[in-house]
Formats: sequence, structure tokens, C-alpha cells
Amino acid sequence: MSRVLMKGNEAIAVAAIKGGCDAFFGYPITPQNEIPEYLSKHMKANGKVFLQAESEIASINMVYGAAGAGARVMTSSSSPGIALMQEGITYLAGAELPCVIVNVMRGGPGLGGIQPAQSDYNQITRGGGNGDYNVISYAPENLQETVDIIKGAFDTADYYRNPVMIAVDGLIGQMMEPVDLDKASQKRVMPAKDWAASGGHTGKDRRVITSLYLDPKQLEEHNLKLYRKYQEIIKNEQKYELINVKDAEYLIVAYGTMARICRSSIEILREEGIKVGMIRPITIWPFPEKAFKDLSKNLKEILVCELSLGQMIQDVKLSVEGRYPVSFFGRTGGMLPEPEDIVRALKKIIKGEE
Amino acid sequence: MEKVVYQKSVGLTNNDLSYCPGCTHGIIHKLVAEVLEELNLVDQAIGIASVGCSVMSYFFFNCDMQQAAHGRGCAVATGIKRVRPNNIVFSYQGDGDLASMGLNETIHAANRGENITVIFVNNGIFGMTGGQMAPTTLLGQKTTTTKEGRKKEEHGFPIKVAEIISQVEGAAYVERVSVHNPNFLRKAKKSLKKAFEYQQQNKGFTFIEFLSTCPVNWGMTPIQAMEFVSKEMMTYYPVKVFKDVGDENA
Amino acid sequence: MAKGRITFNFEKCKGCMLCVHFCPTKILELDKENINQKGYNLIKVTEPEKCIACGFCGMMCPDSVITVYKVAV
Repeated sequence: MSRVLMKGNEAIAVAAIKGGCDAFFGYPITPQNEIPEYLSKHMKANGKVFLQAESEIASINMVYGAAGAGARVMTSSSSPGIALMQEGITYLAGAELPCVIVNVMRGGPGLGGIQPAQSDYNQITRGGGNGDYNVISYAPENLQETVDIIKGAFDTADYYRNPVMIAVDGLIGQMMEPVDLDKASQKRVMPAKDWAASGGHTGKDRRVITSLYLDPKQLEEHNLKLYRKYQEIIKNEQKYELINVKDAEYLIVAYGTMARICRSSIEILREEGIKVGMIRPITIWPFPEKAFKDLSKNLKEILVCELSLGQMIQDVKLSVEGRYPVSFFGRTGGMLPEPEDIVRALKKIIKGEE
Repeated sequence: MEKVVYQKSVGLTNNDLSYCPGCTHGIIHKLVAEVLEELNLVDQAIGIASVGCSVMSYFFFNCDMQQAAHGRGCAVATGIKRVRPNNIVFSYQGDGDLASMGLNETIHAANRGENITVIFVNNGIFGMTGGQMAPTTLLGQKTTTTKEGRKKEEHGFPIKVAEIISQVEGAAYVERVSVHNPNFLRKAKKSLKKAFEYQQQNKGFTFIEFLSTCPVNWGMTPIQAMEFVSKEMMTYYPVKVFKDVGDENA
Repeated sequence: MAKGRITFNFEKCKGCMLCVHFCPTKILELDKENINQKGYNLIKVTEPEKCIACGFCGMMCPDSVITVYKVAV
């Protein structure tokens, strides 16, 4: 195993190539520009396709075309650019096309800021575009996890014929960490793409890529087919990490960079004798409801920590189904809390009970 | 012994076309199909259906097809051609799709010289949605959103798309044609064939704008609509070659 | 003796009359007696011996209804 010190965005780009990306279409936006910059050189060097598109709208539609023609395609952007891509994403989901989308999240709403944020949770997990669909979405917390997920993402996308998103906040995109780029990643066994409109088919062998079903009966059938797929994904693809959960009287729920800060908070609290643990979602869709099933009977309260003003908290509340009180701590705009801030927040909750 | 002078092209499926009686979409579909057939390209073509009356053109062209979102045909075509450079890729778009929603994607695909062929069906109105103003609606023309007729002060001028595209460096062959009678139709087919041949030769972006009719939303019979093209549309939208990299005189 | 002969796939016809309008020998006419499954009137050839196999009717038909044959003289 050899580890290299890399910048997050560059590691993401390298991971895409190692994951088998055939084509990348993207548009510059802070804080992810190192991704297209790296790929503009290295995709061509590897005999693959790179194109800087004229907009995010064009990018996601180029992804649609290439995915429909059977290629393994990727794009990357940041929150406001992802907002522009929502139309394309719903078309990709509706037409059951695989692709990988990297979202290096920044503050919003609107133009917002260029500092890290986690305020895209709703945009990512609650559609963003029209219709009943979901995007398989990961929220890694460090570069190794990011690289491993991206390398496996192309297979996941192909396996389920669905868009896959990897949402890292701007901090992860910009920071430098040691990464093992050649660690073995999850591989799936997949059928050939006998649905791809790759040319060479006429008559009843023709392939048609579409999300249009004007007949209501057909559209309902299509939606039910998608629904069954999403149920399978919910059953099989939830990923999460449990930290000190077994004896926890207080649970923190956090993902990405916020989870890393909370790890330090937990250390501080544990040293003071407070039994606190953490559930760290790694997939944010499907949300890891399984992690909330058998919680300790000593559990008193849950504290959700986000770099937003509260989006994932809704899924936590849904998962606990009213069995535990759920509180919130958040910072936004790119303001990052210190571990002590979360320690104080939890102590306030504990005091509030006594 | 008999010889076939004209018959349905194998470039079309057997499905009934969904267009209104006399709509030139049917004629233009046939030209695309016939040209692909004559060039032996039907079984390697990948077409893009746009959003408008021709939204279901993927039922009519006998090749692999992809449905694109409104206006995005040239971006989708770019994605396909970049990963399948040996396939013939064409995008079939109306005036709402290409000139309104998709003008940016179209200009940029032309600018990059994408080796694709764009069939632009200009009937100066939004057909599918019931007859609203299009970017190419003529001044004075009445539509459901310009009930008193298009006014330049309020609605701007009709957009001359072929002229715009011909200014873009990467465009290799840009022509406006008409299909309002057999004479113009024959010329249009020749132009379309050249466009696809240029794609085969990797000459760059080829663009054919077809002046077309919308009898229902213009409130005319199909024959009257053909005359409207000839007398009114051709006055504002000249039928000619605007750019041809293969011909120094153009 | 006619130079040409045409056949119709009448179920695809929408009665748009472009073929009637563009026939140079004016031998096509709306058939007011007969309709197809879609409810459109069919087209009839009034003087088939005057067909010159120009192909205009086939070319101008948006729905590929007409096949045109040239008859050997």
C-alpha cells in the first residue's frame, strides 16, 4: 500500500479515471475547478473524452447523451451549478441512465458563498428536479473514503441504471490528505448495456432512450418500476458508521466534515465521562434508517449537527419515529464550529434535562 | 415491367406519424430518412428527438434514438458524438426548442465544430403547446400570445437562426431550405445529403434550417400554408447557402 | 397508355390534399364517398392513363401514403 499526499479535488479526478470513467463534461465553478483542470489533461492522455461545456445545463445534457450511448460518464460541479443540473438529473433518472455526479458543496442559497456547506442535503435527497426519483448519494468524510466511493460509483451507477452523486463539502475538495489510490474498491457483476442507443440497431432492435410516457397507465407502470428499484437500493445500499453507539446516552448524527469535527467533540465529552456516540451516515440517500433501529435503551437524546440550518435533521426525526427527542446544532455560511462548540451544545442539552 | 419511382423509405418505421394533416414535419422526416438510406447510414445513425410536435420522432426514425430535454438537443448530440465518433448523429429540433430554449447549446455546439447534423424545423410558431409566439414568428403574425400580431417594440424581431449560426467559426455548412413544392423539396434533399456527407467527412457542424408549415395554428389549409411559406416566410427568411467550407464560392 | 401508376396505403392518409394540389396532370381528387379508419376522406385517381410517373404526389405526401411506379413503355 502506498499513500500519496493529494488535494481532495485532484484525488477525486484520479479516482474517476481509476473507476473507469469514459467521458467527463463539466463547467468551472469554485471550489471544484481542480477536477476539470486535472481531467482536461489526463482524460485525453488515457484515450478518454474530456470537454469543458458552456454551462452546467449543457454539461448534464452531454452526460445524458453519452450515458444514453453506453459510456461511463461523469460531471462535477458545486451547489449553484448542481441546481442548474436538476433538470438533467431528473431526465437521467427517468430514462434510467447511469452517471456519476460530484458535488463539492458551498454555501447558499443563490450565489451564496464559496466556503464549505452542507446545505444541499434537501436538493440532493428530496429530488431537486420534478417527479418521483432518487439519486444514490454518498457523503464521505475524508479523501480515502471519497476515492474509494468514486472508484466504485461507476459500477453502482451502471448496476442500478441510476445517477450517483458524491457530495463532499468544499473543505474536502480543497484539503490535502494522504490517499491510497490503488486500494481495491467494490466491484459488481453487471449485465451488458443492451439498452444503450449506441447506434447499429434498426427495426425492433432499435434502442430508444426516453423519459416520456404520455399514456398514464404506462407512466404509472414506469414509475412503479423505478419505485421497486429504489426499494431495492434502500434495502441493499445504506452505508453508515457507528461510533461508540452501544452504551451511548446521547447520540450525535453528522456527516462529512461536520462528522470529523464531532469526532473530536466526542473525545472531549467521553473524557469528561459523558456517554456520547455518533451515527455517521455515509449514504445520505438511501438514508441509513437501519442505524437507528436498535439504539441503546439508555439513549436520552439525539443531537444532529450540520453545516446548514437543519436539513438532514428531518430524516433523523423520521428514522427515530418520535422515540427520542432530537435537537440541532448548525453553523452556516462557511463558518466552521470548533469541537468545543458542539461540546457546549450537548452540555446545554444535558443541563436542560436536569 | 415496373420500376419504383417513389416509395416509403426504410429510414422510417411503420408507425403512423402523429403530425397534423399536411404538416411539413412529415415531409422533412422523409427527407432525413431517404438521405440516410441513400448514404447507407440508417443502421449507424443515432438521432435526437426534441420537445415540440416532433417529441415522438423516436417512434418514426428507424434507428437508435434519444429523447432530449427542451432545447438541449445539441448538448445531448455532443455527448453522443464525443463517445461515439464513428456513428452519424443528428438532432431534429423545432423553433421553440432550438431558437428559444436551446440557442446557447446550439451556438456552442456549432462553435466547437461538433461533427453533428442539425435539422432545424422553423414554422414560426409553437405548435405542440397550441400556437404561441416563437422566436421566429414574423412581425405582425398573430399567435395566441401575440393576439394583435407580433410587435417589434414589445416582442423583438424574428430571429434569423441560419444567419447567426453561419457566423460561428466551427459551422461547416449552413443553409436555409424550403419544402413548399417539389422543386424546393428536391433542392432541400440535396442540401441535407451534403450535410450528412460533411459529417461523414468530419468537416464540422452542419445545419439545415427548413422553412415549415403549421396549418392548424396558422389557421390555414395545408395548401394555403405552403403558399404562406413561399410568399411571406421566404421574404424574411431567404432560402440560400450561408456557409459552406467545402465550396470557396459560398 | 399511362407512363405511371400509383398505389395508396390509405390507412395512413390524413386527407391533406397536398398530392391533389401538386399533381401536374391534375388527376387526383378527394374521394367524397369513402373514408378510412381515421375518418379522413381518401384520394382517387380520376384519369389514371394520364399519370406521368413524376412522383410529385409521393414526394409531397407527409405520411408516405403513395408509392409511384414507372410503367415500361
